[in-house]
Amino acid sequence: MKVFMLGWEFPPFISGGLGTACYGLTKAMSNLGIEVLFALPKPVEASHATHVRMLTPKPTPSGTEIEYAYDEMRNVRFLAIESMLSPYDVPQQYHEKFEAVIRTKRQVESAAGGAEDQAPGITHYAGDMFTEVHRYANAAVKLAMEEDFDVVHAHDWMTYPAGNAVAAVTGRPLVVHVHSTEFDRSGEHVNQMIYDIERRGMHAADRIIAVSHLTRNIIISRYGITGDKVEVVYNGVERNGNGDAAFMPRSGIGSEEKIVLFLGRITMQKGPEYFLMAAKKVLDEMENVKFVMAGSGDMMHRTIEMAAEMGIGHKVLFTGFLRGDDVERVYQMADLYVMPSVSEPFGIAPLEALNHDVPVLISKQSGVAEVLTHVLKVDFWDVNEMANKIAAVLKYPPLQLTLREHGNFEVRRLRWQDAAERCARVYSDVMVHV
Amino acid sequence: MSSVCFYFQVHQPFRLRHYTVFDRTPHYFDEFKNASICRKVANKCYLPTNRLLLKLIRKFGGQFRVSFSVTGVLLEQFHKYCPEVISTFDALAQTGCVEFLAETYYHSLSYLYSRSEFADQILKHIEMIEQLFGQTPRIFRNTELIYNNDLARTINAMDRFDGILAEGADHVLADRSPNFVYQPPDCDRTRLLLKNYRLSDDIAFRFSNRQWKEFPLMADKFARWINHVNGNGNVVNLFMDYETFGEHQWEDTGIFDFLSHLPYEVLKHPDNNFLTPSEVVERYQPVEVVDVPHIVSWADTERDLSAWLGNAMQSNALHEVYRLEGLIKQAQNEHLTADWRRLQTSDHFYYMCTKYFSDGDVHKYFNPYDSPYDSYINYMNVLSDLRKRCLASASGSAALTSA
Repeated sequence: MKVFMLGWEFPPFISGGLGTACYGLTKAMSNLGIEVLFALPKPVEASHATHVRMLTPKPTPSGTEIEYAYDEMRNVRFLAIESMLSPYDVPQQYHEKFEAVIRTKRQVESAAGGAEDQAPGITHYAGDMFTEVHRYANAAVKLAMEEDFDVVHAHDWMTYPAGNAVAAVTGRPLVVHVHSTEFDRSGEHVNQMIYDIERRGMHAADRIIAVSHLTRNIIISRYGITGDKVEVVYNGVERNGNGDAAFMPRSGIGSEEKIVLFLGRITMQKGPEYFLMAAKKVLDEMENVKFVMAGSGDMMHRTIEMAAEMGIGHKVLFTGFLRGDDVERVYQMADLYVMPSVSEPFGIAPLEALNHDVPVLISKQSGVAEVLTHVLKVDFWDVNEMANKIAAVLKYPPLQLTLREHGNFEVRRLRWQDAAERCARVYSDVMVHV
Repeated sequence: MSSVCFYFQVHQPFRLRHYTVFDRTPHYFDEFKNASICRKVANKCYLPTNRLLLKLIRKFGGQFRVSFSVTGVLLEQFHKYCPEVISTFDALAQTGCVEFLAETYYHSLSYLYSRSEFADQILKHIEMIEQLFGQTPRIFRNTELIYNNDLARTINAMDRFDGILAEGADHVLADRSPNFVYQPPDCDRTRLLLKNYRLSDDIAFRFSNRQWKEFPLMADKFARWINHVNGNGNVVNLFMDYETFGEHQWEDTGIFDFLSHLPYEVLKHPDNNFLTPSEVVERYQPVEVVDVPHIVSWADTERDLSAWLGNAMQSNALHEVYRLEGLIKQAQNEHLTADWRRLQTSDHFYYMCTKYFSDGDVHKYFNPYDSPYDSYINYMNVLSDLRKRCLASASGSAALTSA
């Protein structure tokens, strides 16, 4: 079986859970002997690519396509399409990035004395995000026509047009994988264009994979898809040995202090303001606790201001976006991980926290709440109860102990291998039908 | 001879209300929930089953006999929420065919943590049974049939009990039969009655199970199984929760029809009869000493303490509640004492059980909380408020004495 997969991001170039999910799923598929061709809308920066092996860079009219491979995934080949798409951008951010690229290009070219009307580099990017999505689709089609495969698998909305086009050109069945919907990211203020792309992609697909029943319900009720077309495949988690991370100096945090961790993008979807409101209540009750917010996002400044306005600025630390070892360290310090998401299709981060022996408190509005039992659950809006549970974990050590023991055991049952096997079953289904 | 000895456990805890770390009021129990559950179970089980038993006792002219242990915390709730239920138990008591047993008033695990509290709660329960039903219990059953040699010795030393009930677990019996009266080691007075868990569970758990090969269970079939005991046993001890009738097994399973036909089917055999536990120990001599060094209970397949004392949260909660004993006794405040004792009811710790939690089973069915963690958090929040009140009361009285 050979799969043409279309994604947005892949480690080490990630900004969130999607890249982690694609990595885990693809690796497990490779182990099952499924061949994967992975097309990514991401420029490969060689400096980051330590465990990535370049194969054959080949400049083409549609952009620079670079083939590379991971040593640990023998059955996977990566096709990178140079593009500025990144999964959690909004159109404005894309526009800013585009402007920045044009400015640099102009500077470079005027310095070089080249007086062409348009810099050649700019043709690689389109002027707005939606055109870029279609430019990416076009590039993907060209790549796909040189390859042979059985099924097309597209991850989230930016790749749906590409998936749709590749399926149409090659006649292969299309599976779209919904890791998140516009309703999760934007609440009721959806971007109509993104919604339309999602809707078209889901209707064009032969089968849809949702990461939870929560997401499946949104797909059925908001996108008008019939239930028999939507499968639920839960994400897994990589089991990594922990405890080898270096000791992190607890700067600004006393050794007697407890640490409550928020780790994720600081955006409306993740509910940072509910975290702060709960933090305020906990701090009214107890002294020796710090709240750490690790991550960045469009609500970061607003959140910092909010903490200051609430008078708890000195108790809330912002670390910015963390990678690699820093993530390990912050988990090692944490007494509790909180995910107060307003709408979380799945939520891999709590699994990683459990993997690092950190007990977790998650919102009931998350897909991962469907698979975890040995965790604390709360409605994201119920800040009183959230604070109650945070305080309980900090006050009653046996609670932390029991959650950690059982949670760490439970998380081992969530394996990417099972997710990959379920995807493979979906592939066989659609390959028979078409 | 085969005698059938029915014993029904009748109990409901005082369930806690949602109590956060921010709550400061001394109201810990969920009046609404307790009232509605108490009334619901009364209508589905206590009232109809009591009525049926009374009818059967009259019909068989005293040949049909049963025994109950009704916890103090449930009798209190009957008083508050549905006093008519007490009258129906009293009507049964007046027939002379119904025996009431003693246990800890609060259905507590005090035996494991505080011997003085254990004794106080038994006496308090006996007092209440005497007052309500006019009889003095002579048989003791410990919470959830928790039992070992030491418990038997403690009960024997109280010199008021002729018998004690326990689970006829396989590892207790070895190759012995539960259908005899036994004797605990070093006990001159107290005898031991062991539950026949196969026949008891056929009614309590398997009755409505369609996968069970004996389904459907009819009274004549069950009576035949009892007849088999004739010749190789004296007594069949059928111990179960009273809520089996109408609540665990709903009316539409036919459980009431089963019960109403059972006395006739059992008594058809001339060698069979029904006895209450104290009649059993009067009639039959103990055949052997049974040594039970380790604790057994009637819970789950493990028949041990793991349903209440199986994880760190349960152990912590239990230790913390009994650590308050000194402060409570010092305070000599009846409200504090009552609250503290209601917090000892074993159900609170059962709700914190993480065993099988992921599989969702019987533990979940009886659990008012979404998870064992929520239950522990709630309990500990209540307990820390109670502790604050005790300390305040102690410092208040200290101020009084110094002044």
